[in-house]
Amino acid sequence: MPVSVLLILGMGAAVGFISGLFGIGGGFLMTPLLIFIGIPPAVAVATQTAQIVASSTTSVLGALRRRALDMKLGGILVAGGFVGSVLGVWFFAAARRAGLLDLVIVVSYVTLFTVVGSLMLKESIREFWTKRKGGSVRPRRRAGEHPPYLGWPLRMRFYRSKLYVSVIPITGLALFVGFAGALLGIGGGFIVVPALLYIFRVPTTIVVGTSQFQIVCTTIVALVLHAVQNQAVDLVLAILLIVGGVFGAQFGARVGRNLRAELFRFLLAILLLAVGLRFALELVVRPEDPFTVTTQEVHQ
Amino acid sequence: MRALGLLLFFLCSITAASAENLIITLSNHRVLISSNYTGTSIAVFGTIERDAQTVARSAGYDIVVTVRGPLQFLVVREKEQFGPVWINQGQQKFPMAPAYLSVLTSRPVAEMTSIQLRQRQKIGLWAIINSPDLTNERSGADQPFREALYRIRSQEGLYLEDPRGVSFLTPTIFRANIPLPATAPPGTYDVEVTLLADTVILDREVTHFELVKTGFEQQVGEVARDWSALYGLATALIAILFGWVANVIFRRD
Repeated sequence: MPVSVLLILGMGAAVGFISGLFGIGGGFLMTPLLIFIGIPPAVAVATQTAQIVASSTTSVLGALRRRALDMKLGGILVAGGFVGSVLGVWFFAAARRAGLLDLVIVVSYVTLFTVVGSLMLKESIREFWTKRKGGSVRPRRRAGEHPPYLGWPLRMRFYRSKLYVSVIPITGLALFVGFAGALLGIGGGFIVVPALLYIFRVPTTIVVGTSQFQIVCTTIVALVLHAVQNQAVDLVLAILLIVGGVFGAQFGARVGRNLRAELFRFLLAILLLAVGLRFALELVVRPEDPFTVTTQEVHQ
Repeated sequence: MRALGLLLFFLCSITAASAENLIITLSNHRVLISSNYTGTSIAVFGTIERDAQTVARSAGYDIVVTVRGPLQFLVVREKEQFGPVWINQGQQKFPMAPAYLSVLTSRPVAEMTSIQLRQRQKIGLWAIINSPDLTNERSGADQPFREALYRIRSQEGLYLEDPRGVSFLTPTIFRANIPLPATAPPGTYDVEVTLLADTVILDREVTHFELVKTGFEQQVGEVARDWSALYGLATALIAILFGWVANVIFRRD
C-alpha cells in the first residue's frame, strides 16, 4: 500500500520517544496511529506485534543485567499469556470472517483506554493532592494485610517479588493480557504494570522487567500466529517501525529520567483518554461512504 | 476420415456464416510491474476483414473491448446507524467478481444495440455489474450493493467505461488503450473484443495478457503466503535481533 516511508519512520520515532518516556511498549499508541493513516486494522495490529517484540527485547536484556526480573512470576504470566494469545488470535480471525473485526478493535480500544485512562487520572490526581497536604503517597503494606483473592488456593511463593499468593488471579491477569494483546496489537504493559504494582504489590524495581519479559514471550507467539492464521504481517512496515522506535525510545528514556512521577502518570492518563476518545469519535461519526468492499479470496 | 470430413464441414459453415472477421492483437502479452510501478496501459489493435461477397455496411462498425482481471470473492458491506454507533449491518457476496473491469467502446453502448441484447451478451459495464450471475438477486435489495461495488472500484480506477475508448484509424482498423492503474492486481486478464453493426453481433474474439509482479516486495509477499510459519518466525527473529542491537548500542552502564 502506498504509505510514505518517512512518515512511518517518524511515527515510529515519535511513539518510541513516548514509550521510552513512560517506560511502556507504545503499541497502544502505534496501532491506532497506523489505523488512522489508513493501514487496514488487521495489518496494523499484526505488524505492530513485531515492533513490540523488538522494543521489549531491549528492555528485557537491560533488566536481566540489572537482575530486575522475577523469572518465576514471569513464567506463570507467560504460560497464561500464551493461552490468552491463542484465544485472541483465533477470535481475531473469527471476527474478521464475520466482518466485525474493525468494530471489535475500535470498541475494545475505547473501553480499555477510557477505563485505564480514567483510573490512572484518578490515581494521579489523588496522589498529587495527598502529596500537597504532606501525606504519604501510598499507604505502606502492613504484615498480614492482603485482599482476599490473593489468599485463594494454589498459593505459591515468589522470592524475588516477596510474594506468597494464589496463582489463580495471576493466571487470570495473564490470560486477559494475552487475549487483549493479540486482539489489539498491544503488549499490555500498561495493564500488567499497574496490576502488579497495585493489586499484587510487587516491588517497583521488579515490575517493569517482569512485565517486559512476559510481553516478549507472548508477542512472539502472537506474531507467528498472526503470520500463519491471518497473513497480515508486513515485514517492510515492521522494520520501519522498529528502526524508528528504537531511536525514539532512547531519547524518550533520557528525558523521562528528569520528569516527576505523578506529573508523568497524569500525562500518560491524558494520553490514554485522548486516544480512546479519538477512537470513539471514529465510531459515532457518519462514515463518508457507508459501503466497503473486502476481498475474501482470489481465484487462481 | 469421417471426422476430418466433419471438421472440414464445420470450418466451412463457420466461415460461410460470418461474413466479417475480427483479427486482434495486443501491444504486450506480459506486463512486469516492480515496486515503483505507477500504472501503465496496453494497446489493442484490430482489423475487420470482410470476405469478397459482403458489401460494405453504410452504418459502419461498432467495437466493444471488455477487459476482465482475475476473479475474486468479494463481500460488500453496508454500515448502518445502530444506536449511537455506525456498524456493518447488511452485506452482499460477489463470489466471482473481476478485480479489474474496463469497457472501452467506439460510441456509447446504448446507441449500439438494444438493452435486451446488451444484457444477454454482457455488453457494457452496467450489463456486467447488473448481471444475475455476479451476485444473488434479492428482489432489488442487491442493487445498492452493486452500485457501491462500482462506485468504490471506479474511485480506485479499477472499474471504468469509456464510450470513446476505441478509435477507428480507417473504417476497418481500430485501436484502444487499456489503462492499468497501480492498484490492478497481478494475474491473467481476459480481453474480449466484440464487433457489432446494425445492432447485431458479427464476431467476437478473446485474447489474454498477464500482469506479473516482480521485485523484493512481491517475493516477500509470496513467502508470507506460502511459508507463513517460517515468515512469522523470521519476522520475530529480525525483531529480536533489532532489539538486541539497540540494547548493545545504547548500553548505559
